[in-house]
Amino acid sequence: MKTNYGIIAAFDTVPSLYHACEQVRDAGYSQWDAITSFPVHGLDYAMGVRRSKVPRFSLAGGITGFCTGMSFIWWANAYEYPLIVGGKPYFSPMFAFPVSYELTILFTAFATIGGMFFLNKLPMHYHPVLKAPQFVRALDDRFYIVIECNDPKFNAAETRALLERAGGKDIVEIEE
Amino acid sequence: MGAHASDHPAPAILGEVKPTPLPRAVLVHNDRDFKWITDKICGIVEGTTPAWWWWCFGIASLIASFTVAGLIYLVSTGVGVWGHANPVNWAWDIVNFVFWIGIGHAGTLISAILCLLRQKWRTSINRAAEAMTIFAVVCAAIFPVFHVGRIWFAVMPGYLFPFPNSNGIWQNFRSPLEWDVFAVSTYGTVSCLFWYIGLIPDLGTMRDRFTAAGNLLKARIYGFFAMGWRGSNRQWSNYEMAYLILAGISTPLVLSVHTIVSFDFAVSLIPGWHTTIFPPYFVAGAIFSGFGMVMTLMLPLRAVYRLEDLITQYHIDCMCKITLATGTMVGYAYSMEFFIAWYGANPYEGFAFINRAFGHYAWAYWIMIGCNVITPQFFWFKSIRENTALVWVLSIFVNVGMWFERFVIIVTSLARDFLPSSWGYYSPSIVEIFTFFGTFGVFSFLFLLFIRFVPIMPMSEVKAVIPAADPHGAHHH
Repeated sequence: MKTNYGIIAAFDTVPSLYHACEQVRDAGYSQWDAITSFPVHGLDYAMGVRRSKVPRFSLAGGITGFCTGMSFIWWANAYEYPLIVGGKPYFSPMFAFPVSYELTILFTAFATIGGMFFLNKLPMHYHPVLKAPQFVRALDDRFYIVIECNDPKFNAAETRALLERAGGKDIVEIEE
Repeated sequence: MGAHASDHPAPAILGEVKPTPLPRAVLVHNDRDFKWITDKICGIVEGTTPAWWWWCFGIASLIASFTVAGLIYLVSTGVGVWGHANPVNWAWDIVNFVFWIGIGHAGTLISAILCLLRQKWRTSINRAAEAMTIFAVVCAAIFPVFHVGRIWFAVMPGYLFPFPNSNGIWQNFRSPLEWDVFAVSTYGTVSCLFWYIGLIPDLGTMRDRFTAAGNLLKARIYGFFAMGWRGSNRQWSNYEMAYLILAGISTPLVLSVHTIVSFDFAVSLIPGWHTTIFPPYFVAGAIFSGFGMVMTLMLPLRAVYRLEDLITQYHIDCMCKITLATGTMVGYAYSMEFFIAWYGANPYEGFAFINRAFGHYAWAYWIMIGCNVITPQFFWFKSIRENTALVWVLSIFVNVGMWFERFVIIVTSLARDFLPSSWGYYSPSIVEIFTFFGTFGVFSFLFLLFIRFVPIMPMSEVKAVIPAADPHGAHHH
């Protein structure tokens, strides 16, 4: 059984996509997206997309990394096997800093990328949009808006009319 | 502040000020559109392998085999096959390590620092420069790993990575060499992550093109690495934030890595090493040598693949100017080292510098000065910056000079330290020479594979800098 996933409309230029996004946003849709081959400056605003939550993951990663470095070096050189070198103290945040600093960056990088993948729900090789035949130009030179069927405001005829008014071309339904 | 309305095109009233935008250089010539950019860059990967590629690949493999053979000989025989011994206990191994790590830094600089500074000209060179970074780190890592001789100890307990040895003793975290392990391995890892994240959208484009062309095997391979990227704006929103944060953390990372590499020397007591100028001086030198290598690689690539519309004269100008700026900083550092050696009134320090310039290694010192201080000064002249062949030759001089800089710092200081009884003269062994020479083969081998299998420019970013990408309609025809 094939069910519909949503409705896709094509746009030829970035400004036409931008203005269409504003119209879809103003019509009150929530389960929809614009597809572009490059990040379009200001499209978040036109779509009403809120600021990304990736920095929260990064911050958590960074704090974890720094604490890992400091506590590990204290544990290894001052507690587990106290190491005397040149009469220096067993632990000082000074000499532990470079390694903790690098671990801060390392953990932040992994947390940032992990957070981005998590929020973007990647990897997902089976997304219905990827199966649409017109998608072949989406990451090349054409721009699309996809409105999902499970949007509370979705109505096949009205949504299609909205996209037509907004200047969308080749409007078709895509299957799940 | 008084408003001088007559001087301004628009009245300077708060909230209504309309700053006149400065004219921006065009980053893609000949008014190319999205389609052209995709076809051009994907075409390099999709087309048949050109004959020159096979020739270069064969030669690179041959040269790379020198490193492989040199390392097999080293491991099977012992580190004695390298030429360093008392008093020069660190020689080409650390020279080559610092040299290659430095080469890598321009890649991160272009992708991270220029990203934060909103320098959009970075877009057409950043992919190749980041690839260069990763391959340079691979070449760099060979030397510290193999200079321990019995390389299995490099990863096994008790040496580099933090595992306790058989007596339960952990690494000494007070040592800059241990900091180096963390700095370089973090640098390598984050560079790979950064590069891969930048690749994802372009791999998605490749996947779709191979799908359309019916080449399902390649579509699946590229598709696997594209992770199901579909360019939705909600994805882009998270992606761009992640990219920005990665740029934000890579910037202090790249500065810290070469700072920590310089600590290997600066934290010691050897005359000529124990100086506070080392961290900034090493960072400037690293960026200088890295840009030298970027130009050495990108200018032939631009000519071979006819990329003049994407890597414009403006790009070359910018790279030349950064090389000029960092080269001049390096020259300043040389003179400041001399000045402090005199002003500090430490006789050993003073001797170290006089000896560098006029002692047994004066030939290396003057090659360094010639290549690093004099060469970049040519980039003051527009006519030279516009002569691509000359820029390419000068960029090679930069690479040579920066290798000699590391050689001068390391070898001259160790060959003449405090006591004349521990003086000596170091010459490399043939194994050492071949191992180092071979790393250029390793680097070229990897770089050639890169240009054959991966889009060499971030299409998604290049598209974003053309006028048609402006959502407010600045498309002029």
